Amino acid sequence: MARIIAGIGSSHVPAIGAALDNNRTEEPYWKRVFSGFEKSQAWMRETRPDVAIVVYNDHASAFSVEIIPTFALGCAAEFPPADEGWGPRPVPVVKGHPALASHIAQSVILDEFDLTICNKMEVDHGMTVPMNLLFGKIAKDGHWPCPVIPLAVNVVMYPPPTGHRCYMLGKAIKKAVESYPDDLRVVIFGTGGLSHQISGPRAGLINSKWDKAFLDNLSKDPQKLVKIPHVDYMREAGAEGIEMVMWLIMRGALGDNVREVYRFYTVPASNTAVGHIILEPSGAARKAAAHKPAGKAKRSGGKFKRAAARAKVQRVRS
Amino acid sequence: MAREQHDYDDIPGTFVFDAERSREGFGINMFCMSLMKDENRKAFKANEAEYLKKFNLTPEQTDAVLKRDYNRMLELGGNIYFTAKLGATDGHSFQHLAAVMTGNTQDAYAKMMLGGGRNIEGNRSRTGKNAPSKFLSASSGRKSAAKPKTKSKSKAKSKSAKRK
Repeated sequence: MARIIAGIGSSHVPAIGAALDNNRTEEPYWKRVFSGFEKSQAWMRETRPDVAIVVYNDHASAFSVEIIPTFALGCAAEFPPADEGWGPRPVPVVKGHPALASHIAQSVILDEFDLTICNKMEVDHGMTVPMNLLFGKIAKDGHWPCPVIPLAVNVVMYPPPTGHRCYMLGKAIKKAVESYPDDLRVVIFGTGGLSHQISGPRAGLINSKWDKAFLDNLSKDPQKLVKIPHVDYMREAGAEGIEMVMWLIMRGALGDNVREVYRFYTVPASNTAVGHIILEPSGAARKAAAHKPAGKAKRSGGKFKRAAARAKVQRVRS
Repeated sequence: MAREQHDYDDIPGTFVFDAERSREGFGINMFCMSLMKDENRKAFKANEAEYLKKFNLTPEQTDAVLKRDYNRMLELGGNIYFTAKLGATDGHSFQHLAAVMTGNTQDAYAKMMLGGGRNIEGNRSRTGKNAPSKFLSASSGRKSAAKPKTKSKSKAKSKSAKRK
């Protein structure tokens, strides 16, 4: 059966993509941001998932104000990068996993989550920037290392789905993945945030205390996060900081207990606090998730052992 | 009809893009969306007022667009991800727009961001609800990243018990 082996939280600031595309990653301002993801990329190379589910939001690219789906699951075979006004980002076309995606759709809809199905969809920086941060820069004619299932969430028009709804959808996705017959090792990304406001006279708001409490509670007390009302996100983390609810889909998909593998936080990238976390299921859930099918046993012995990788991991604080 | 009142109207300097604004601002946002195409950008720049007639804006909305009054556009139903396309059509960076909306020079705005951004303290509420959210209180000591939590029912205790 398929299993979710890790969750990744990551900001998806468009300027990060622009810095990468324009070869500005060595500038001190951007090096500060990108260096926080070097260990994550090593972790990802070691983990080598078979599929990634990326929870993100569209920014007036694939969806305008004509149709605003709350949850839209990409079931297509491929997802071209959207033209966001400067031409499409020079990244490879994202290959989907239609079989697993439609299995998830069928499972979670019968679990009462009324998804929108997208059989044709372009994807914007909300999805491709976190993919670059974890998979590294990949030339336009190259390939992403694994198929990706996009899950677009409306966080642009108020109200987005509640944190509780997001968390419960994550749980339903976990159940769906675990009922898929093939042995697939799946990672799930929750993207967006952390605190930022880019609209109106209060633009520029950053609340690091809020962000750190949120990151802490992903492992310590997710039930507390699930209860945060929208007005608190908008007041404390900025009008656009409400994107953080998308991280709770990722968190819900990991089971009750998780172990924090890595964290990075820095302010700012453009107008935004950059937050990043890697979580793995812990306890019984972890044993099950870490189980590798015999045919893929080689994966556990990469350039360095996972435990060693963890020992090297350090938390970076701003 | 007067705008319905909401709890989030208390947040200062913020125009929440809710369903009501989404309905009122449909024309503004569709106009901005049209600027994704180069031919439309050229047509708009050639005669702004004429181009805007296609989108059934109210006189106030038309005025806000023509004057590039970004805060007023948000108030009248524009959404920032859409109005940013107008800024890009004018050749402005996003930071320029942010500076304009906050009444700053771009330089001063950039400095504020490098200094850690706008402080939340004093910026929570129009009506004095400036106490931090109760959901912030869990920020106690960090637990080690290497130690897995094994107790499955420790949630209720975790707030205080894990504190060192």
